[in-house]
Amino acid sequence: MTTIVEKETQTVIRSAVLSQGAWQKLLAFASLIALMAVFSIASENFLQADNLIGILQATAVNGVLAVAATFVIITGGIDLSVGTLMTFCAVIAGVFLTYWGLPMPVGILAAIAAGALCGSVSGTLIAKMKIPPFIATLGMMMLLKGLALVISGTRPIYFNDTPNFSMISQESFIGAILPFLPIPNGVLILFVVAVASSLVLTRTALGRYTFALGSNEEAVRLSGVNTDFWKIIVYTVSGGICGIAGLIIASRLNSAQPALGQGYELDAIAAVVIGGTSLSGGRGTILGTIIGALIISVLTNGLRILSVAQEWQTVVTGVIIILAVYADILRRRS
Amino acid sequence: MKPLVTITDLDKSFPGVKALKKARFELFAGEVHALMGENGAGKSTLMKVLAGIYHKDAGEILIDGTPVDIPSPRAAQDLGISIIHQELNLMNDLTAAQNIFIGREPKRAMGLLLDEEALNRAAAEIFKRMHLRLDPQAEVGGLTVAKQQMVEIAKALSFRSKVLIMDEPTAALNSAEIAELFSIIRQLKAEGVGIVYISHKMDELEEISDRVTVMRDGEYVGTVPTASTSVDTIISMMVGRSLTETKTDVPDLSSHEVVLEVRNLRRSSTIQDVSFKLRKGEILGFAGLMGAGRTEVARAIFGADPIDSGEIIVRGQPVTIRSPQDAVRLGIGYLSEDRKRFGLATGMDVAANIVMPCLSKFLSMNVFLKARAIRETARSYIGRLRIKTPSEAQEVRFLSGGNQQKIVIAKWLARDCEILFFDEPTRGIDIGAKNEIYKLLNALAEQGRAIVMISSELPEILRMSHRIAVMCEGRMTGELPSEGTTQEDIMRLATQRHSITADNVNAATKGSIS
Repeated sequence: MTTIVEKETQTVIRSAVLSQGAWQKLLAFASLIALMAVFSIASENFLQADNLIGILQATAVNGVLAVAATFVIITGGIDLSVGTLMTFCAVIAGVFLTYWGLPMPVGILAAIAAGALCGSVSGTLIAKMKIPPFIATLGMMMLLKGLALVISGTRPIYFNDTPNFSMISQESFIGAILPFLPIPNGVLILFVVAVASSLVLTRTALGRYTFALGSNEEAVRLSGVNTDFWKIIVYTVSGGICGIAGLIIASRLNSAQPALGQGYELDAIAAVVIGGTSLSGGRGTILGTIIGALIISVLTNGLRILSVAQEWQTVVTGVIIILAVYADILRRRS
Repeated sequence: MKPLVTITDLDKSFPGVKALKKARFELFAGEVHALMGENGAGKSTLMKVLAGIYHKDAGEILIDGTPVDIPSPRAAQDLGISIIHQELNLMNDLTAAQNIFIGREPKRAMGLLLDEEALNRAAAEIFKRMHLRLDPQAEVGGLTVAKQQMVEIAKALSFRSKVLIMDEPTAALNSAEIAELFSIIRQLKAEGVGIVYISHKMDELEEISDRVTVMRDGEYVGTVPTASTSVDTIISMMVGRSLTETKTDVPDLSSHEVVLEVRNLRRSSTIQDVSFKLRKGEILGFAGLMGAGRTEVARAIFGADPIDSGEIIVRGQPVTIRSPQDAVRLGIGYLSEDRKRFGLATGMDVAANIVMPCLSKFLSMNVFLKARAIRETARSYIGRLRIKTPSEAQEVRFLSGGNQQKIVIAKWLARDCEILFFDEPTRGIDIGAKNEIYKLLNALAEQGRAIVMISSELPEILRMSHRIAVMCEGRMTGELPSEGTTQEDIMRLATQRHSITADNVNAATKGSIS
């Protein structure tokens, strides 16, 4: 009698847990589809191939940044510097390619390395000096914004001497092979970054420790794991990904715009949150984050097509964030 | 005499779980009524229904003979029912008095300003009634767990409660503090308060309770008067079978290698000149009162806290341990008294927790997790330690305390640690699971692992240890053989204070909490 009841209980609990994870993605995905359905009914321009590609293109930068932010948020931290770090990395690429005239691969590596380096600085401030992530990355956000302006002399750096630079985000490898699918390279990069990050999070020791840090850092430390080291690595990886975002945006604008960047971190965090990653750490998926980023892009694009004023687009995005998190809370409660 | 509380045929289900099935309970004024049962028997659920935290599905609750509905904790308070939870609900940054009157602060200046003076005065009055020496303005976070518990009781009393429910009130208290708590309980009883006392500790029930109600699997088993019922009877009612508690034989370990030696360990005021040796295959019991510095010694050796001075010698080699990482590398494991905070990532699954300290053994190319090997290792420990879980992919937070403890043990077995510190290994675990943990400890010692077992339960220390080290106020006050030693012998050493003035005692306990 006892064992039967127990077994029943356990299977019910188990299936509840399983469906909880599935639910989360399903809900976010369903909202995305619903949004798209609404917009395609409201405007025939919405479902045009050009527009859809535009949406993907617009998602590339925010998506990559959101993936970077996902790593940090799963550890229970927060990174406010992803936006200005992206710009800083773009400026570094500009310095290497335009100021110093170095070959393109060097510039690309420099941008990613700069991002990783800055990430490791944030990580060290947080792990070793015990500065709360919010404060440490707020400081880094302003510091990097300032540095980007100083290095560039507050002027945009153009990549006119590196003609292939626009290839990074604008042209389409896939389109060259499959002409009916002209997906821009920026979107391809987002896809690759997302898949790689998802693999890292689910299949590697780094991923395991990322979740463990967010779940119970002290228990991990008392398991004999060097938590400081792994935390720094997480911020370093996140910073490197911001460098990739910097390359995409610089390529798209064919310039490093030093004044840009601030505000991107909030869009990235919004995408992460809409995607169901818990701000208290320990839980989250890259797929969710990508869906979250797509929801934001679709919303912005759709509202623009319907000629809703930009101010109102921001209002709607705010409402969506609150609704998304509230839906998540309701679901957990039931 | 009409009962104060009568509960009949109470049902309560949670999604997928029938937590209570026709549960019954009865409480008279001036009675201490113990509620017993293994973990998951439904004791806490039943009491949470009475305290308005859960809402009943079916059944009846009578207070003073009148049927009532208790939709919220607020409604329970209005009916004079208070509950003190196992996990204390206090705001650490507020003072004792502020905690007691939270939400009901006395006001002045037409209700615009708080009247701190009246607040502190009212709190002081309650403390006086409890014969408790405590500053109402003391910040709660800086108090010992025992004192925090007293603050919770004071809070309950401030509601003029007729019914006081205590869920495992002594789990974190030492003997002296338990005696203090009991004198307060007796006083409340004399004032006509009905007390529901949930506990796993048999000796306490014998001492304090008038009647015992036993529950099993959400059902009512029976109610018996404590005085005329043997412990064995109660246990067999609880588990549905009888358990034998036997002392294990102490093996001759004099020829065994000393695997850990600690010399003159010091850390601020909490560890003062502690030295001891631990042999292969030995279970060394660390006895003492709460705050004696036992946990601190374990944490310091494990590298969780820095030491001021002292030598640690592992298998004959002097070593420096600066972090848990160093300790683990030397084969030292530490199982914290607070599993949820320090032992487990409860949001992660069983397998992830088990392999946490030895993840590097499960990597291919030093990067990728070997999912299958991890799963198989986890499964083998689930089998060996008889961990009750639907699978290795179950999140740890869904498991019972006993099974969570087994996972912490599995963690260190998987890491193959030779020296293990078990800090209160059976705290909050029901009797059946306790016995399994004991068997496991004995088996580990037989395999040649060296074990330090910290415990505040003297019967447990006497039953399990091969040798007993006693601490008091951060010092090692003596070492006893386990054979022929009595609880009194241990208590004598555990209370052998260096300085008997109350202030110093407070300082010592305070230091150990922070």
